Amino acid sequence: MSTNHAVLAHHFENLEQQRETATFGMWIFLATEVLIFGAIFTCYAIYRLRYPLDFEAASARLNILIGSINTIVLLSSSLTMALSVHATRVGRQQMLLTCLLLTILLGGTFLGFKVVEYYEDYKEKLVPVLAFDPDEWTKVEGVEAPIQPQHVQLMLVFYYIMTGLHAAHMIVGMGLLIWLVIEARRGWLTPVRYMPVEIVGLYWHFVDIVWIFLLPLLYLTGTHHPTDLHF
Amino acid sequence: MSSAITTGFTPQAKARPPRAPGENYLNVAFGVKSWLLTTDHKRIAILYLVTLTILFFIGGAAATVIRLNLMTPNGELVPADTYNKLFTAHGIIMVWFFLVPVVPTVLGNFLVPMMIGARDLAFPKINLLSWYVFTIGAIITLWALLAGGVDTGWTFYTPFSSKYARTNVIPTMLGIFISGFSSIMTGLNFIATMHTMRAPGLTWWRMPLFLWAHYAVSVIQVLATPVLAMALILVGVERVWGVGIFDPELGGDPVLFQHLFWFYSHPVVYIMLLPSMGITSEVITCFARKPIFGYVFIVWSSIGIAVLGFLVWAHHMFVAGQSVYSALIFSALSYLVAVPSAIKVFNWTATLYKSSIAFETPMLFAMGFVALFTMGGLTGLFLACLGVDLHVHDTYFVIAHFHFIMVGGAVMGYMAGLHFWWPKMTGRMYSDFLSKLAALIIFVGFILTFLPQFVLGYLGMPRRYHVYPPEFQVLNVMSSAGASILAVGYVLPLFYMLWSLYAGKPSGPNPWNATGLEWQTPSPPPPHNFDETPIVTTGPYEYSMEESALVH
Amino acid sequence: MSGPIMPTWTYYKVFAALIALTLVTVYVSFLELGPWHTTVGVLIGVVKASLVGLFFMDLLHSSKASWLAVLASLFWLVILMGLTLSDYLTRHVLEF
Repeated sequence: MSTNHAVLAHHFENLEQQRETATFGMWIFLATEVLIFGAIFTCYAIYRLRYPLDFEAASARLNILIGSINTIVLLSSSLTMALSVHATRVGRQQMLLTCLLLTILLGGTFLGFKVVEYYEDYKEKLVPVLAFDPDEWTKVEGVEAPIQPQHVQLMLVFYYIMTGLHAAHMIVGMGLLIWLVIEARRGWLTPVRYMPVEIVGLYWHFVDIVWIFLLPLLYLTGTHHPTDLHF
Repeated sequence: MSSAITTGFTPQAKARPPRAPGENYLNVAFGVKSWLLTTDHKRIAILYLVTLTILFFIGGAAATVIRLNLMTPNGELVPADTYNKLFTAHGIIMVWFFLVPVVPTVLGNFLVPMMIGARDLAFPKINLLSWYVFTIGAIITLWALLAGGVDTGWTFYTPFSSKYARTNVIPTMLGIFISGFSSIMTGLNFIATMHTMRAPGLTWWRMPLFLWAHYAVSVIQVLATPVLAMALILVGVERVWGVGIFDPELGGDPVLFQHLFWFYSHPVVYIMLLPSMGITSEVITCFARKPIFGYVFIVWSSIGIAVLGFLVWAHHMFVAGQSVYSALIFSALSYLVAVPSAIKVFNWTATLYKSSIAFETPMLFAMGFVALFTMGGLTGLFLACLGVDLHVHDTYFVIAHFHFIMVGGAVMGYMAGLHFWWPKMTGRMYSDFLSKLAALIIFVGFILTFLPQFVLGYLGMPRRYHVYPPEFQVLNVMSSAGASILAVGYVLPLFYMLWSLYAGKPSGPNPWNATGLEWQTPSPPPPHNFDETPIVTTGPYEYSMEESALVH
Repeated sequence: MSGPIMPTWTYYKVFAALIALTLVTVYVSFLELGPWHTTVGVLIGVVKASLVGLFFMDLLHSSKASWLAVLASLFWLVILMGLTLSDYLTRHVLEF
């Protein structure tokens, strides 16, 4: 009973109420996040419908291999995150620590790939205004293509804003995970107090869900060729 | 105690920390640090009260210069570009840095935990953080507005804001963006608190209408604010990067910004209004000594406003180039949102019917709210009508309409609430005479300021111009004269309320003989609100007309 | 409520399904579907997101309040997208 009082904040009646409130608070925050990403998805949808060929052409040039690998990396990190919650609830401290570190490792891998990908995009002249060649879009094998370079730029702008915002969320999530590792090493994450792992997990899975939609909207909207599978 | 007090106290499981006699949230600790690091929702409410009062008078100063400039048709006081910056500053400060936060963060913060019988909000640290975030946002925006200013209007319409404006657009938007998070934090806190921390026996259908109003507001804050955040990010990206998200020359669509902007900024009107509606329900029942008429209907109309308020945003864009079909849909939906608002007005009126009314100061403000809100709401229906809107769009008719809603509605309601709960917050009574005088001055000044603007708008005077044809001068001078009366009405409470802190009569725990958990604890309340967790056995507003509201 | 602790093999099965769906959706992008790529991709995405939500985020055993938050956010997302698109999809139907 004494341990319970140490972790119970003064304004809650009991631990169950405290845990439920924190979890629910995280769900409300995620509802906010849905609308943040929802707003940019809405903008994307409008221009996607207005300029279908331009968007498909731009999408076909994005790096599908890195996009797909990153999807698998991120899904794996979600698995280890879910296992972290499980480990905390059954009180397996070593498994918890391993899973948290694995999640951080996978998140870091994702961000590393992302940096490489941005650099490749830059070399491929896929950065609007900064590194972009309008002429390469208007003609396909010498034939005039019904594509406007500025509409291709629009698609690419969405690509950078959406993946950038997602990456920013990943970085915040990594920070939260590092905090969890510190808590876990001190032995503060127990079957009685597993709420921190649970709410960070909710956040992490949500960021994963955003990526699940970014993959088809950005990378898979155009038709790719198996030869595109390179770094 | 009398039969009006129907909620009893019984001991329960978790013991409260013992309290020295006479200890309250104000005298439990002293010094700057005890305020800046507090997590007590009552102290955070006071922090917000001070911050927002300062911001209100800054926004009011901008309005004063605008009205002075409009005394003459040629606008001799300030040059045109300064005038543009003034109305932009007035709009931005009043909307985002006063009206949106004011009732939830001051009265809501103070009262939500007390009304549900909790010790604090669900997330006290996030509550404090929200004040810091808000203050930082406000400082950034104020700095941007004072050091150079912004001339886009508070609406930041693209592509002017994203491409052509050469003023401090980005810093201003940054401040608004940051303060948006404080709004989200407040909403999140309220929803979580009301779901999980209600006192034993306080079921959803026993909650005071003030709480229901704040629940509806919180839903809007949590779900609308992120869309504004995204819209501002996109404008910022376009300005910095030079890409064409909203620029028609580069394939973008400027109307898309308006869609995102009004998806937030129309519901935001209900963020301002709903809490004042909640206040009105509390005040009217107390001073009419009657239970509220149609409690369930008022609850559902609050929820209805929160939902329907999201379905009408494009009525701001009837002449902006949206499709005709879409305009028709939004026009029809805009009529629909009048239904829940009307339900509330009818129910307040029915509550007053054959009741025993005491015209105390909060009641005067609340009745002012009902009258002015009704006029604002009805003129809103004119604007929802497609044909009429084509004529009066962007004229002073619109200005008058939304000032009736926001100032006549939201600010009147806030004043009612502040006067109603001031004795609870401070333990002191303010001057009866001066406060009634202020209510009267504000009402008269308001009518004189904004009624002529309806006529001006209908005659065709456009908004946001710093000069106008000479034939409009009489009405403009009337409006400016009203504004000076209004200014007196707003400065007056500042003096008698501050004075009450030093010389006010002690109010006792329940000066209005009101029901509700917040009145069953000493004034000012103890740090943990209640010495024992209250147990609620009946619904709200169990008033009887045999008892007077005049205890003090 | 604290929901029941799910056995770890549930997570592994869900993970396997997610990886399989990822491979399917990437494979589909090599087919000549033209404008339908987005539709197919988003539909597969909805299935994947539901799996993550129901199992990894444990919505299956979450409180009604959590469901309320989820459903409200989706409802408002539909309002935002639906009513905005109601303008753009009818822009050229009738002009004045």
